[in-house]
Amino acid sequence: MSHSVQDLAGRRERAPHTSMFVRMLVRAAILRRGRAASALFAMVVAAAVATAMLNLYVDVQAKLRREFRNYGANIILVGKDATSLPADTLTRVDSILQARGVAAPFAMVVARTADGQPIVVAGTEFDRVQKLDKWWSVSAWPAEFPTSRAQNAREMGHPGLVGVRALPVVSPKGEDFALTFQGKTLQVAPAGTVRTGAAEDSRIYLSLADFEAWTGVQPSTIEVAASGSPEEVARMLKELGTAIPTADVRPVRQIMEGEARVLGKTRATLLAASALIILTAALCVLSTLMGWVFDRRRDFAIMKALGASTRLLNGFFAAEAAVLGAMGAVIGFAAGIGIAAWIGRANFHAAVVPRWSVLPVVLAGSMAVTLLSAILPISLLRRVQPAVTLRGE
Amino acid sequence: MFVRMVYESFRRQKRRKVLAGAAITLGVTVATAMIAVATDIGDKINRELRTIGANLVVTPQEDSLDLEIGGVNLKPPTDGAFLNEADLPNIRGIFWHNNITGFAPMLPVSVPFTYGDKKLDVTLLGTYFAKHLSYGKEEFTTGVRNTHPWWKVDGRWPDDDYSSVLLGERLAARIGWNALHTVNLSGREFHVSGVLSTGGSEDDEVIAPIAVAQQILGKPGAVRRIYVSALTKPEDAFARRDPKSLSGAIYDRWYCTPYPQAIALQLTEAISHSHAEQIRQVSQNEGAVLTRIEGLIFLITLAALFASALAVSAAMATAIFERRAEVGLMKALGAGKLAVASIFFAEAALLALIGGALGFGLGSALARQIGHSIFNSEISIPPVLLPVILAIAVIVTFLGSAAAIRRAVGLDPVFALRGEL
Repeated sequence: MSHSVQDLAGRRERAPHTSMFVRMLVRAAILRRGRAASALFAMVVAAAVATAMLNLYVDVQAKLRREFRNYGANIILVGKDATSLPADTLTRVDSILQARGVAAPFAMVVARTADGQPIVVAGTEFDRVQKLDKWWSVSAWPAEFPTSRAQNAREMGHPGLVGVRALPVVSPKGEDFALTFQGKTLQVAPAGTVRTGAAEDSRIYLSLADFEAWTGVQPSTIEVAASGSPEEVARMLKELGTAIPTADVRPVRQIMEGEARVLGKTRATLLAASALIILTAALCVLSTLMGWVFDRRRDFAIMKALGASTRLLNGFFAAEAAVLGAMGAVIGFAAGIGIAAWIGRANFHAAVVPRWSVLPVVLAGSMAVTLLSAILPISLLRRVQPAVTLRGE
Repeated sequence: MFVRMVYESFRRQKRRKVLAGAAITLGVTVATAMIAVATDIGDKINRELRTIGANLVVTPQEDSLDLEIGGVNLKPPTDGAFLNEADLPNIRGIFWHNNITGFAPMLPVSVPFTYGDKKLDVTLLGTYFAKHLSYGKEEFTTGVRNTHPWWKVDGRWPDDDYSSVLLGERLAARIGWNALHTVNLSGREFHVSGVLSTGGSEDDEVIAPIAVAQQILGKPGAVRRIYVSALTKPEDAFARRDPKSLSGAIYDRWYCTPYPQAIALQLTEAISHSHAEQIRQVSQNEGAVLTRIEGLIFLITLAALFASALAVSAAMATAIFERRAEVGLMKALGAGKLAVASIFFAEAALLALIGGALGFGLGSALARQIGHSIFNSEISIPPVLLPVILAIAVIVTFLGSAAAIRRAVGLDPVFALRGEL
C-alpha cells in the first residue's frame, strides 16, 4: 500500500501535467469569467493606451514637422556677391531635393511705374510659390505662362500678382499698367493681389518667363523648404553647398530654431504624459490581477492540499498570467493602433502609421506587469498553511 | 451606529483602505497634472513660437512703397514717412498689453563706412537691444533680444544708451575685422561691442542703438517700423470679419479677443499715423501649429482621465469584492440593501475626498515640476480646479464601486458567509 502511494506520487512527479494543466487554465477562466474578463479588460485597456501613446510619440514629430514646413523656406540660396545664379541651378536643386521639399526661384529688379515711381518687380514660378509660401493671401493666382503667351500675341497685358500696398500706386482701379526697366516697357494686367504683411506687399510678381523676356535678369535667389529631421536638413544644406558652389547657401535660422524648440517641448510633454498614463494603466492592471489572485487563495490551498508542488503552482499562475498578458497585449495593440489612427485623423488630418516595432515592447511590458502581479501575491500566499486558508481564516 | 461602522471600517481595515486610497490618489494626481498641463500648454507653446519672430509689424500710414530686395531696403532713408519714437511706450497701454511679449523699433540708414583704408557704403540699422522704458508707473524692458531671439552675438550686446555698435557677421568677415576695435561711420568713431550673426540680411549691416541712427539721419525720434511680438489666439472666421461692419456687443467681443487683427487695430490706435499688419508667415502658421499641439494634448488628457478613472474603479471593485463576508454578516443581522449600500457609498465618498485632496496636491506639484523641467516656467493651477477635481473623484469612485456594491448587496447571506461565492 505504502509502496503504491509512493509509486503514485513518483508517477505524478514525473508525468507530464500538460492536459490537466491546460484544463485548469481554461476552467479557471471559464468558471470565474467575470473576474477573468475584468482582468483581461484592464490588460487590454492598458496595452491599448500604451500602444497609442508610443505610436503617437514616434509619429507626432513627423506630423508637426509637416506643419512647420508651412512656414516656408528653411534654406535660402543666394548668388554670391549679389550675382545671378547659373541657369541650371533650379534643376540641380530639384535633383538634390527629389521629393523632400519645394524650391522656388526669385528674380528681382527695381522698375519704374508710368509716373516714375520706383517699384520692386519680381519674377517667379507661381505654381512653386503656391506650394512654398502657403501663408500668402492671394485673391487670384495668375494663369501660367502658356496663356500669357497667348495674351502676349494679342498685345494684351502680362498677368501679374500685385501686392496690396503696390496696387493703389500702380493700378487704383484694377486697370492694366506699364512698367519700365532700362528703357523697356512692359504692359501688366493685375490678375490678383497678394497680402503677406511683409515686403511682398510692395512688390509686383510676374511669371519668370515674362520677367526674363522683359528684363533679361536671371533668378538670384532660390528659396527651399526642405522637409525632414534637423540632420537631414543639415545634410541637404551641405549637399546644396557643394553642388552649387556659386551660391551662398544659408539656413533660415529663426524657422529652424523655432521648429526645434517647439518640437522638443511638445515631445517632452508627450513623453511625460505617456509615462504617467502608462504607469496608471499598469497599476490598474496590477491591482485588478492581484485582487484576482488573492481571491483564489482557496484554489491555491486546495491544490497544495492535493499535493501540488510549489514549482507547479508557480508555473500555473505564471502561465495564467502570461496567457492573459499576451492576449491583452495583442488585443490592446490592435485597439491602440485604432486610437492612434483616430487621433491622427482627428487632429492632424493624416493617418498615424502603425509602428510594428511597438508590438514587442507592449508585449514584453504587458507580460512583465501580469507576471509581477501574479508573483507578488503568490509569494505572500506561499507561507500560508493550506488548512488555515481552507477554514476561511 | 452608521458613523461608527464607517469609522471602524477605516480603523480596522487599514491595508485595504490604504490600497484603494492610493489608487484614487494616483488617479487624481495624473488627472490634475494632465488637466493643468493641457490648460496651460497653449500659452507655453505660444511663447515658444515667439522665437520665430515678431508676428505684427507697425508701419507709417502714409508710407511710400518699400524697395526691399533680399532683406535690404533700397529706399532712400529720408524717403517716406516715419513713426514717432515717443509713441512707443503706449504699446503697453493697449487692451491686450499683457499679451505683448516685446517690441523693437527699426530705423535703417545708409552710412559711409571706413575701416583702416577700406571704404564702403553700409546699412546701419538702429534699434532697441534691451531698452528700459516706462509707461505710467510701469517699468519694462524691450528690444530685439526679446523679439529676435535667434540673433546671436559674439562679444557683448551694446548698451542702448551709449554709442556702441554690433557688426554683422558677413560684414565683419568682408573687412577682415578681428578684434575689439572702433569703426568709423560717417566720420564718427564707434566702439564695436560684438559681432552679430542672424543668418539674414543683418549679417551685412551695422546694428546700433536707435538714437545713433536718428542722429545720422538728422531726424530725432524717427522710427521706420516697429516689430511687435504678441501672444495671439488662432484666427477663425469671426476674427476675419471687418471690425467696421460689427455693431455694439459683437464689436466689443471682437475687440476683446486677442486675435492678431484685434491687436493690430489696438496698435494703430496706440501709435499715431500708423498702420499695423500681421506678418502672415508667422501669425498664420502659428495658429495651425498651436491648434495641432493643443488638440493633441487635449486628446491625450482625455486618455489620461480615462485611464485614471479605470484604475480607481478597478481598485474600488476589488476592495468591495473582498468584503463579501462582511456584507453577508450585516444582512444576516437584518440590515437592508439600502443600509449596506449607504455604508459602502459613504466609505467610497470619504476615500474619494481624502484621496482627491491628496492627489490634487501631488498633481499640482507634478504639473509644476513638468512646467519647470520642460518649459522653464510656472504652470499655474487655477484653484477653481480643486472642487471640480474632487467632484470628478467622487463621481468616478461612485461609478467604479456601483457595480461591485450592487453585486455585494444582492448576495445571499448564507452563501456569502460560507464563502462560497
